[in-house]
Amino acid sequence: MNVALVKNDSVPAASSVFSAAQGRLPGAGKVADIRREAFAAFERTGLPHRRIEEWKYTDLRALVREVLPLAGSPEAAALARAKTAIASVAIAGAAKLVLVDGVVAADLSDLSALPSGVTARALRDVLSDQTNDARGDLLLTKAADPMLSLNAALATDGVVVTVADGVQLSSPLQLIHVATASKAARYSRSHVRIGQGARATLVESCIAADGAGAYQANDVAVIWIGDGAALSHVRLMSDTADAVNIASELFTVGAKSKLSLFNMTSGGAVSRLQAFFTLAGEGSDLIVNGVNLLRDKQHGDMTLVVDHAVPGCTSRENFRAVLDDRAHSVFQGRIIVRPDAQQTDGKMMTRALLLSDEAEADAKPELEIFADDVSCGHGATAGALDDSLLFYLQARGLPEKQAQALLIQAFVGEAIEAIEDDALRERVIAAAQDWMEARA
Amino acid sequence: MALLEIKNLQVRVEEREILHGLTLTIDAGKVHAIMGPNGSGKSTLSHVIAGKPGYEVTGGEILFKGEDLLAMAPDERAAKGVFLAFQYPVEIPGVATMTFLRTALNAQRKARGEEEYSTPDFLKKVREISKQLSIPQDMLKRGVNVGFSGGEKKRNEVLQMALFQPSLCILDEMDSGLDIDALRIAADGVNALRSPERSMVVITHYQRLLNYIVPDVVHVMSKGRVVKSGGKELAHELEASGYAQFEDAA
Ligand SMILES: Nc1ncnc2c1ncn2[C@@H]1O[C@H](COP(=O)(O)OP(=O)(O)O)[C@@H](O)[C@H]1O
Ligand SMILES: [Mg+2]
Repeated sequence: MNVALVKNDSVPAASSVFSAAQGRLPGAGKVADIRREAFAAFERTGLPHRRIEEWKYTDLRALVREVLPLAGSPEAAALARAKTAIASVAIAGAAKLVLVDGVVAADLSDLSALPSGVTARALRDVLSDQTNDARGDLLLTKAADPMLSLNAALATDGVVVTVADGVQLSSPLQLIHVATASKAARYSRSHVRIGQGARATLVESCIAADGAGAYQANDVAVIWIGDGAALSHVRLMSDTADAVNIASELFTVGAKSKLSLFNMTSGGAVSRLQAFFTLAGEGSDLIVNGVNLLRDKQHGDMTLVVDHAVPGCTSRENFRAVLDDRAHSVFQGRIIVRPDAQQTDGKMMTRALLLSDEAEADAKPELEIFADDVSCGHGATAGALDDSLLFYLQARGLPEKQAQALLIQAFVGEAIEAIEDDALRERVIAAAQDWMEARA
Repeated sequence: MALLEIKNLQVRVEEREILHGLTLTIDAGKVHAIMGPNGSGKSTLSHVIAGKPGYEVTGGEILFKGEDLLAMAPDERAAKGVFLAFQYPVEIPGVATMTFLRTALNAQRKARGEEEYSTPDFLKKVREISKQLSIPQDMLKRGVNVGFSGGEKKRNEVLQMALFQPSLCILDEMDSGLDIDALRIAADGVNALRSPERSMVVITHYQRLLNYIVPDVVHVMSKGRVVKSGGKELAHELEASGYAQFEDAA
């Protein structure tokens, strides 16, 4: 009864958002049909809530309540603000793909100045291309999830990137999501294809321009990694403290490949990265590292589903949360080992550092193992900083806050050190340091 | 002249009084030994001097260079020249020894209003000291004390003493867990730091350590008090007769 009432609150608002958005959504005919079906799928649940198992700890119906209208197409003034914001995260030498409020900003991007072997198109162009019969597939995903469905219904744009077979990129590709709007939502969907034997680094940042606030972001990335390829994917979620960011990533990994994903969330009122991995080729390695740095009443969630579909792959998940004030961190990790996937080696570890008595960390590891010759495990810890370590540092002259900062840095360092690129790792360390320096 | 004056110090831990009015004066430039049986309160005293939380001082005072030491945070005490070489130095995974040394040294210098060390100067200094103490460079790249042997941990404490140049060094059971060779290296390091500008308090249960670090003054602690003070011959006396006589006196 209660549920129905709440549901009535959110769903009608969403349907009016969907109808109002029609003129903005690229793709007619088949694409429009897919959007309608996706929206109907979303409507069956509305915003996911605690009775949906996957969303048990991140109840969007309670935390977010409403689906905001689409942000308008960014205008000149918004683009100018976005440009300023980008400067703070731009990596020298990296090709930039910039989305402003969910729409590719061609003038802020290096669409045409990509390294050789790399192509990028705007999703809206691909969706509108009537000659491309497969265009509707860009809105379909194997995983079923209300927020993925909502994204399929409302995605305004995104990038479709391919790295050709055998191409070894020496500098990163950068995907930057900039919010300029307030009290509005963005939906983007990007596709990245790393060809066989190719090697690339993809850095994805979520940032806000001055004046943006209380926005909702729902960005999806569908990433395909060919046989013998390697992708290092580094994500930084640095939204405004009043924003909602629900990001979804879906990976398919070929044989003898290596995928390393790192995500750090330090912004947002409510954030979630849900990543779905299918290890589809034998002999591949998956390494996932996540860091949540949360304070005040921030809520951050990392949800990972690793599907070992074939034999002989390894997966390592390592998550660290640092929680101050009344912050709430969630880690959910599910490892599925299919009957054929013998010699699977899958491990996950989640650790939370509680800097306040009121902070909360939830961990839900799940192993679904259908093969017998496997090595899988998980571990979880939560606790405060070790007083004896703190005292040692203070006795050597470090003021309390500095001693804490050093220990926090060491704690998250265990995840950050997985980033192989030195410059990139230093950047992430600096971002973590900024967070610590902002502690009162 | 007195560097450290402890007057009638009373300390409780978890509602239980451990130090019952301890009085002790440490002279500038001198090496003092504090000997006493297990449980007499030696480590408690060293922790209270360094400012470890969890100890309640219910009476008395500690003056360091004439200032009220108990009013200072542990890091202020360090910046003013108090150094405690821990009986069991902790391991700090993820904090490289070099980073730690540099952060600590510069924090102390900053607190004193001195300029921070430049990287080359710092590296040069650490290299010099670690060479004297036979500390291999790769040890400095590891996490603080992580995977160090007992002897290496103690040498790392001595390295810090040499780097920070404190005016008061308290060595709590520096010999515990060390074989003779390790003890000799650590003791040589300590002896090299003896100077008119520095006082040392060598805390030990056994006389053995005092063969390597020869004290100017020896104090005997029993049941939370200093019960006797004398010259270095007092240590030998204790070696022969044991602590029992003082248990009665206390
Ligand atoms: N944290 C503590 N809680 C309770 N009792 C303690 C604590 N630390 C020390 N004590 C007690 O205080 C007394 C003195 O201990 P300590 O200072 O370690 O002596 P010493 O170093 O001379 O062996 C002992 O009886 C010990 O059990
Ligand atoms: Mg002791």
